[in-house]
Amino acid sequence: MTEPTNSMRTPLAKARGLGSAKSGVHHWWHQRLTAIAMVPLVLSALYLVLRIAGSDYEQAILLLQNPFNAAILLLLIITGFWHAMLGVQVVIEDYVGSDWGRITTIMMVKAVLILLATLSALSLFKIVSI
Amino acid sequence: MSRPRPLSPHLSVWRFQLPAVMSITHRITGIILTSGTVLLTVWLLALAFGESSFNLVSLVISHPIGQIVLFGYTVVLFYHASNGVRHLFWDFGKGLNIPGVYASGRIAVAAMIALTIGFWALVFFG
Repeated sequence: MTEPTNSMRTPLAKARGLGSAKSGVHHWWHQRLTAIAMVPLVLSALYLVLRIAGSDYEQAILLLQNPFNAAILLLLIITGFWHAMLGVQVVIEDYVGSDWGRITTIMMVKAVLILLATLSALSLFKIVSI
Repeated sequence: MSRPRPLSPHLSVWRFQLPAVMSITHRITGIILTSGTVLLTVWLLALAFGESSFNLVSLVISHPIGQIVLFGYTVVLFYHASNGVRHLFWDFGKGLNIPGVYASGRIAVAAMIALTIGFWALVFFG
């Protein structure tokens, strides 16, 4: 593997194809950004849950049709699923050994999460427009 | 690899340590929270589909088993949130020493318990 010290190849050519370098720090950074964003979002959403708890259909619809409540829920859906995708990816990368197993597992889990996020958002749009 | 290489970490030879247990619990709770998002999606879908499906989901939620699942989900959520804030402090370089890690760990567990009790007190008596 080790190149002879008098190799004519450039450092970039030696490194290319060997390392991780699929993406840099942005995965780590987005994990933190979404975490910070979710502190107020989760607290607001829990307040909304408290108000919805025990309410009937009409009341629940009315609460979610409030633009502020709908905005909080939509932002939570986006941020939460994004945060979940980043987090689950790291866990899979750490514990699944084979390249193919790892890549296919990450793709399948992300596909399911994207489907759930889309269904959640579309349901919210439907509720808001009832 | 001609000879067996050392394996790390040697989980079985270590005494129980709070930071290690809290670290793996953070991952486990993260996976549970991710799996539990399906409940949020089902609830929103039921509400979007109309009154009868919403009433069915409400019936499941109000059943004791539904209540236990929701209670468990809030415990998991409050753990992951409290310990997540602990991680954010570490990201800013705060509390990165052995006594600090233990102290913030105990604070995170206490915050989880306080938030869980507070939330459910508001649900039933708020």
